[in-house]
Amino acid sequence: MVTGMGGIQGQAPLLSVRNLRKSFGDREILKGISFDLVAGKTMVLIGPSGSGKTTVLRCLNHLEEPSGGTIMLDGEAIGGSFIGTDGKFVPSGEREMAAQRRKFGFVFQRFNLFPHLTALENVAIGPRKVLGLSRNDAQARAAEKLKRVSLAEHMHKRPSQLSGGQQQRVAIARALAMEPRLILFDEPTSALDPELVQEVLDVMRALAGEGMTMIVVTHEMTFARQVADHLIFMADGHIVEEGSPEDIFTAPRNEKTQGFLRHVLNR
Amino acid sequence: MNFDWAVVQMAVPLLLQGTVMTLKIAAVAGAFGLTGGIALGLLSLGGWAPVRLFVRGYVDFVRGTPLLIQIFIVFFGLPVMGLRLGEFWAGVIALSLNCAGYVAEIVRGTVGSVEKGQTEAAMSIGMTRGQILMYILLPQSFRPMIPALTNDLITLLKNTSLLSVISVYELTRSGQAIIASHFVPLEIFTLLALYYYVIISALSHLSRFIERRLPQW
Repeated sequence: MVTGMGGIQGQAPLLSVRNLRKSFGDREILKGISFDLVAGKTMVLIGPSGSGKTTVLRCLNHLEEPSGGTIMLDGEAIGGSFIGTDGKFVPSGEREMAAQRRKFGFVFQRFNLFPHLTALENVAIGPRKVLGLSRNDAQARAAEKLKRVSLAEHMHKRPSQLSGGQQQRVAIARALAMEPRLILFDEPTSALDPELVQEVLDVMRALAGEGMTMIVVTHEMTFARQVADHLIFMADGHIVEEGSPEDIFTAPRNEKTQGFLRHVLNR
Repeated sequence: MNFDWAVVQMAVPLLLQGTVMTLKIAAVAGAFGLTGGIALGLLSLGGWAPVRLFVRGYVDFVRGTPLLIQIFIVFFGLPVMGLRLGEFWAGVIALSLNCAGYVAEIVRGTVGSVEKGQTEAAMSIGMTRGQILMYILLPQSFRPMIPALTNDLITLLKNTSLLSVISVYELTRSGQAIIASHFVPLEIFTLLALYYYVIISALSHLSRFIERRLPQW
């Protein structure tokens, strides 16, 4: 078996993004983002605030409608399909879009748990209502996912009774319960008190180790360096530099990357 | 000032009949108004644009015209449409239609004010618009809706007095009948005010009780 970054070149990518663009009014946030991601790998996006990292994630599962470009997951165009020989793009209907969206797990900065449901119900509601599992099966799956994020003993509590770190782990379990093809993490530790950051990063580290495909937007540079298979530095809506975390952290070539890293690493 | 206490004594039991009718009208119109209003509110939150526009227009009409005029339109309009339902049902229908417009707006406003992250989280696990409404937004909206809905029910209760103009024998009308035969307007209108006040206080208490009993997170 071929391992390491050199070995993945020949594999067909799970996710393939080409020339992704997004404008809000006449403000262009993403100016053409392209990348491939192979199954089982973790990609980390870093860069200054306002560089468009979060918008990339939100466009991938169409929480924001992209203004242009293509997103292919498993060879399927997300948000619509190309019809006929001339490849005309036809946008998905609402149901189709919802079905595509659940192939991406999404973990939000502010958790966004459902406050009226217990931890178990938060995780079970997707499998129950969207995947159509029976009540028992959905709850069994939810309990298993909560155990995986070490929250088995808290599963009957409501979000308001949980700490921020615990809430974010429930949110990860909620994403896992849909058995997505990959999970998108949007600054998952930015809203947490410093002492709660590690428990969330530990869960994410374990997931990466188990071969979950992930894209992570984060300001946690130590985590990025340890976990990323591929690191992307973004600024002003462009990918400025990308490569292995070792290369970028030790020998950044672009001066924007150098400036950013100097700033965040306090060098 | 001569306050005629003898008339008051005579009027108290007579007005109770009117009170029963007022409560009956308010209960029926409240039930229809709430059901219809919730349905309209949900429709206006749904995806279909023509329906949304229709509800928008309906709510605009209800809020933009006096209830008294609406009552007359229903009262004189129903027979034209071949429906001879009598003044009680004409009144109930007019009040229901009016109440539904206001309730629709409350439902739309409250559900719409649930934090946007809730909808996004539900979208991210693949829920459709209807599912998000049903399982995520509505359950979180019940409690915050209660005070506004109570206000509307109180308004509805006060508005039942307008049905006196189409001769529904409710509380105000029963008072007017006593005034007509005994000419004691001040005594009777004061008494009427007291009756309404007691009914509405009871309603407010009930609403606060319900609000306390609903779960909060």
